[in-house]
Amino acid sequence: MEHYNMDLTLKVWKQNNSKTKGRFETYEVKGISSEMSFLEMFDVLNERLISEDKDPIAFDHDCREGICGMCSMYVNGRAHGPWEKNTVCQLHMRAFKSGETIVVEPWRSAAFPVIKDLVVDRDAFDRIIQAGGYISVNTGNAVDANTLPIEKYRADESFFAASCIGCGACVAACPNGSAMLFVSAKVSQLALLPQGEPERKTRVLNMVAQMDKEGFGNCSNVYACEAECPKGVSVANIARMNREYLSAGLSDEASI
Amino acid sequence: MANAIDKIYFSSFLKNNPINKSNFSLFVQYFCKLVIYQLSLMTWKQFFTSSIGKKFVVGFTGLFLILFLIVHCTLNGMIVFSDNGETFNHWAFFMGTNWIVRVMEIGLFLGLILHIVQGLVLWAQNRKARPIKYSMTSPPSNNRWYSRSMGLLGTLILIFLIIHLYHFWTPSRFGGLLGIHSLEETPLATYNGQIVHNLYAEMLTVFQTPWVVIVYVLAMISLAWHLMHGFQSSFQTFGINHKRFSPIIKGLGTAFSIIVPLLFALMPIAIYFKWFE
Repeated sequence: MEHYNMDLTLKVWKQNNSKTKGRFETYEVKGISSEMSFLEMFDVLNERLISEDKDPIAFDHDCREGICGMCSMYVNGRAHGPWEKNTVCQLHMRAFKSGETIVVEPWRSAAFPVIKDLVVDRDAFDRIIQAGGYISVNTGNAVDANTLPIEKYRADESFFAASCIGCGACVAACPNGSAMLFVSAKVSQLALLPQGEPERKTRVLNMVAQMDKEGFGNCSNVYACEAECPKGVSVANIARMNREYLSAGLSDEASI
Repeated sequence: MANAIDKIYFSSFLKNNPINKSNFSLFVQYFCKLVIYQLSLMTWKQFFTSSIGKKFVVGFTGLFLILFLIVHCTLNGMIVFSDNGETFNHWAFFMGTNWIVRVMEIGLFLGLILHIVQGLVLWAQNRKARPIKYSMTSPPSNNRWYSRSMGLLGTLILIFLIIHLYHFWTPSRFGGLLGIHSLEETPLATYNGQIVHNLYAEMLTVFQTPWVVIVYVLAMISLAWHLMHGFQSSFQTFGINHKRFSPIIKGLGTAFSIIVPLLFALMPIAIYFKWFE
């Protein structure tokens, strides 16, 4: 791929904390390499801002290799930017042309309050996971391989669901701000396996109850989540969670 | 708030203490907590207030209303007999007088109201879930504008429905009773000595006005888009997303969304352009 340098205009959301009102600020960046990642471009900009004694742009990042799910930017109207199945740290500047204006916003959701600039508080996701509770497995020595046979299909489906990195792009991309893809992935990965069986019903009931409490919107099957998910988690998981929830809601004896 | 521990406390409390004056307030406290606990776990409440439950209600009533569309469309088809509306009026009279149908009609209205109310509740909640809008959005390519505009399309259909009920349902069911339509204006027909409301003649009159025909056709276009999302979406809400069945459901949904509204829209068009005379 041909290497080139570019000059860009950035419109970035600046917000001091969750209490104050935010605003867009415009920055000019020059000589950005097409080989850089989107976050490296921000690093370059922040270095300059710090040297100029200005407030750098706060953004979340950790692994920078597309697996931690920390980076959360809504770039040019798309969660994690224009590339499919990609996190914003793995979005490279060759996705843009020189002279382009790029609009960068944080995830916008009532359940994800802005901490600062592009950093949002995703504790709501942690509380949903906590509401799901533990799974009952015996401690002690690790069991021998294949003592508990699991069909290939189930193992695969569970694995695909477990590939969710909890970045929140589904909430950000959803026109309703719904967290159904995230919660359904977390419900599915355990519902499909024998290890998840004992708490299968209470888990889905509690997690959905917590999801509703956090103020996420309701799924209307638009499927923007699936398209924007960096790991390509399927909306078939949402159908599975609907199934799990409806059957658990009507049959769970613990909650009668 | 009460939780499962309270239930255990309460049972051990009952086991160990005879209820007397001194611990009565504690008993009441435990009892109330237990009631709250049981209420908070009530699955029917959950069923109608949780996000998945509400969606289920909207999807279920939506499919129920689709069944009604089939019945309505079939009865509309009676004009193809070109017998000056005799078959059409016969069935219209049956639908208006048969008590089973009348009871089902109440169910239909209840279903419609539930569909609208729960739909609007979802719409309002979804708006609240994103208080600050994005300044720039470019929806991914798998997104359909009609999937994102179900509330708007539904509202358009509701406005049409009010006009439609005023045109045909109120004169047919109530005639001059409510003063909405005077009895003299209500056309009548006699078949085998039975006086019936001549809905066919009513229709011929109503569909002579060009704006009415345009409103009806536009409403059917809205209905087509509404169904295009709603039909297949309701199955996802019921938990049906299957490699083999989902494409069939989607195909059926698309066919239904095109054919049924088209048949409905043909009705005012055919009458306006006098295709059946």
